[in-house]
Amino acid sequence: MTGDRPHSDEQADRFSEPPQTFEDREGREITIRALDPDGFDALAEMYAAFDPADRAQGIPPTGEDRIEGWLETLVDEGLNVVAWDGDRAAGHATLVPDGDDGESYELAIFVLQEYQESGIGGRLMDALLGYGRGNGVENVWLTVERWNTAAVNLYEKVGFETTNAESFELEMSFRLN
Amino acid sequence: MKVLLGIAGSDETDAALEETVRRAVEANDDLTVAILEETDHESSPDEVEARARDRLDEADIDATIRRVSGDPGSELVEIAEREGFDRLVIGGGQRSPMGKIQLGSITEFVLLNAQVSVTLVR
Repeated sequence: MTGDRPHSDEQADRFSEPPQTFEDREGREITIRALDPDGFDALAEMYAAFDPADRAQGIPPTGEDRIEGWLETLVDEGLNVVAWDGDRAAGHATLVPDGDDGESYELAIFVLQEYQESGIGGRLMDALLGYGRGNGVENVWLTVERWNTAAVNLYEKVGFETTNAESFELEMSFRLN
Repeated sequence: MKVLLGIAGSDETDAALEETVRRAVEANDDLTVAILEETDHESSPDEVEARARDRLDEADIDATIRRVSGDPGSELVEIAEREGFDRLVIGGGQRSPMGKIQLGSITEFVLLNAQVSVTLVR
């Protein structure tokens, strides 16, 4: 992916770094923290329990080994925040560098089915972008299937703008620093 | 079955070639390999053709190799229809840094526009 695509000019100051604690719309106390190594197994369990119908563009992968291999890449190379309900991982958002310039990162977010539509996705985005901003991330981009309106709405609400609408997936990006 | 395989110098090409040749041996397909010239990959069309020829020789099957210039997607679809192929095979689906599958523009064009069955090898 290139780093020279157009950027949105939104003010990114409003994001707050993790940790964040809040009550979700179901009354559960949720804490969002940057992922530490102790949290890896619980995160892998979240993906093992993930509904295959909520997979998108081939991720998360299925099967214990593939999930762990995929997560290791995200943990080794990326910035990760996790929403915790006690010791249970309820959601995860990640920024993975392109490799080109160290400034441009691909974003993805996953919320476990029973925690969806409870306000966790928006908070995860806020914490991840705050975390990314604090770590010098300049540009964030993602691709999303155009029929996935819940995700597209979330990204637009945060300030992402569509930068390429010519293929199956929409490409959206956001200028962070 | 009369099969048209479209390949260029991308990583997916090797998987598509391998899978198609394996199947052609088993099913005794009448295979044509189209080398796409108008793509911007690291391997040149000559290198792609040489690899394809090696693989076909190794499998000991009698397949046709031809070069295709012009817009790769529309040329493949056109050839498949005009020359009565039963199936069009392409490789596709690169992974983003995150691991998301992304289909390229040639793949997308072929999937949406081909009138024959398409096999996407990943």
